[in-house]
Amino acid sequence: MKKLGTLFLANLYISAFTFGGGFVITTFMRKKFVNELKWISDDEMLDLVAIAQTCPGSIAVNCAILSGYHMAGVAGVLVSTLATILPPFLIMIVIYAFYAAFSTNIYVATILEGIFVAVTAIIFDTVFDLGYKVFKSGNIFFYMLMFIAIILAVVFNINAVSIILLALVCGIAYSGFKALARR
Amino acid sequence: MENIIALFISFIKIGLFSIGGGYAAMPLIQSETLQTHNWLTLNEFHDLVTIAEMTPGSIAINGATFVGYKIAGLAGAITATFAVILPSIILLSILSFLYYRYRQMPFVQNILLSLRPVVVALIFSVAINMFKSSIIDAGGILTIISLLLLILSFFALRKLKWSPILVMVLCGIIYTIIKLGLLI
Repeated sequence: MKKLGTLFLANLYISAFTFGGGFVITTFMRKKFVNELKWISDDEMLDLVAIAQTCPGSIAVNCAILSGYHMAGVAGVLVSTLATILPPFLIMIVIYAFYAAFSTNIYVATILEGIFVAVTAIIFDTVFDLGYKVFKSGNIFFYMLMFIAIILAVVFNINAVSIILLALVCGIAYSGFKALARR
Repeated sequence: MENIIALFISFIKIGLFSIGGGYAAMPLIQSETLQTHNWLTLNEFHDLVTIAEMTPGSIAINGATFVGYKIAGLAGAITATFAVILPSIILLSILSFLYYRYRQMPFVQNILLSLRPVVVALIFSVAINMFKSSIIDAGGILTIISLLLLILSFFALRKLKWSPILVMVLCGIIYTIIKLGLLI
């Protein structure tokens, strides 16, 4: 029961502070689940994010379901999902009455510009830690995958799902090659 | 009641076919709410996109709540939100089970090992895109100010180990004071 309570609060925290959606979630998920609670490792988090991104639906909700199931089965799924949808749900209901005034308010817009500067720093902070781990692996194949993925995403603007699927094909080939080499 | 059922069916579809998160869900929400049903006007849809980007949390949930609430009040908001996550709950629970069951197999291990550097690369690309939109696109003196704030925030997070929430709040306040101070 205590675990479900912690799971609920952790997901509520992640959802309430993830501005910008998508991969931004990794920063807060890492802080809660990997660094504070130590329920999953960095590697598991990256796996879960890859699965969440390539499946239908919201990445935040998908991550909550994946981690919730691992930590407390079906009850974990329900608790994590509820905690993840509550902040955007409640905020929308509250804002609904005056959404036109909200979306054009100069103070709200300016504070958000400032918040997004901080969010950029938070993502760089996370990516430094995660990138350092890839470098430590000493595996040239992984360096190449990372480098090519950055080029495809930043220069050619290819969407994340296609890049992950492409990496999956490379991964299957790499894994098959390793299995053959072991024989 | 008819509205509730229509909302349920529309948002199940959106939940099932939006692969790649919120930005993939938006075009689907647009076609379901503007073309298939006349639930929103184009202006309302644009407001929805703006608010979804301005508020924390999942963009698809923002969309479902907004449209549901408009069509059928609180019951509509709950129905649409539930419908949009239902396909995920079923599919991702199964995948979580399979992942934790098979991830130790050497063949799966090697696949996952090669996926991880790519996910790191994708997170990095988000950082680059946000750097463009929140620093470079600010323009002129604001670019310099936000670049300074970015460096200070990074330092506070990495060296001083401040909490991200504190950094977000401070950055929002300082940026606002400077920007509005410059305008006056």
